[in-house]
Amino acid sequence: MNAPSLPATAPEDLRRRRQRARNLALLAVLLGLVALIYVISIVRMGGAS
Amino acid sequence: MSDISIPAGEAARGHGADDAGARVSDFVQLLKPRVMSLVVFSGFAGLMVAPGTLHPVLAAVAILCITVGSGAAGAINMWYDRDIDAIMARTCGRPIPSGRVDPDEAVSFGIVLAIGSVTLMGLAVNWLAAGLLAAAIAYYVFVYTIWLKRRTPQNIVIGGAAGAFPPLIGWAAVTGHVGVAPIVLFLLIFMWTPPHFWALALFRAGDYAKAGIPMLPVVAGATATKLQMLVYTVLLLPLALAPWALGVAGAFYGLTAAVLGALFIVAAVRVWFDSGERAARQMFAFSILYLFVLFTVLILDRAPGLLSGALA
Repeated sequence: MNAPSLPATAPEDLRRRRQRARNLALLAVLLGLVALIYVISIVRMGGAS
Repeated sequence: MSDISIPAGEAARGHGADDAGARVSDFVQLLKPRVMSLVVFSGFAGLMVAPGTLHPVLAAVAILCITVGSGAAGAINMWYDRDIDAIMARTCGRPIPSGRVDPDEAVSFGIVLAIGSVTLMGLAVNWLAAGLLAAAIAYYVFVYTIWLKRRTPQNIVIGGAAGAFPPLIGWAAVTGHVGVAPIVLFLLIFMWTPPHFWALALFRAGDYAKAGIPMLPVVAGATATKLQMLVYTVLLLPLALAPWALGVAGAFYGLTAAVLGALFIVAAVRVWFDSGERAARQMFAFSILYLFVLFTVLILDRAPGLLSGALA
């Protein structure tokens, strides 16, 4: 019996796409945080307050 | 699974998270971006008005921390209020009651952001600003959300202090201490909050009653609410003039505060005489404009050579 594949795979595909988007967003946040801490360190070491 | 297929009550209890998982935008929504904008703006005003200088990078970090801290408090608030949010039309589409974000994920998200923002503020700027940010988050979560909101019609009067913290935090970030002027800015937002929220509550009274939240219009009725709104707007007028009287802001700010204050009182009087919702809706919209314009002028007033001396 040939079950229609689209309705069964669509939610899984959607789940993976959302997971990927969340992972990329988290990556962007973490990279941003690393860059921010680097810049803050440079500024603070330069004697800024 | 579609979002609307999840019964709101089930989702609110924490078992209705969307099978496909949350979108990134759902997590952004948890931060209450619209509330955040006003918080950030008033924090920026505190930073600009404060005497002294702060390195632009550190000033940006302070603003970022205020932004994230405010969002964290919003996320924890949405987690705690998920049951009543599911009942009210205004809030039932939020990420948790609509089942798009799992409650446990939401509260974890909020706590991580709260700790992260306070720590970063302390390490990058100073620990007084970090302490005030922590106090603002804790006040919003524990005092307003958990303790007052469902217990007393004075919830937004006392709880409104949470939203009044940002100018104090901005000021403390620059100066490392808290003086009279930032306390005046704190009081300004504190006194502005009740008429702002009660205007909303007047045309959303049915929603609040359904959710069992004792907002003033629900408990005391529309007339008592309108009277209190009028009282608060009258008290707000001299308070808004205080930065000018204290010499923190110039004459242009003073004039703007007087005009805006008078218009706010007019809006409250119109609400008093209006038996429908129209005037309350207009007053709610004007209250947001009021604070934005007032703080914009305060910021411009402090910008060297821009407005200072214009009406001196």
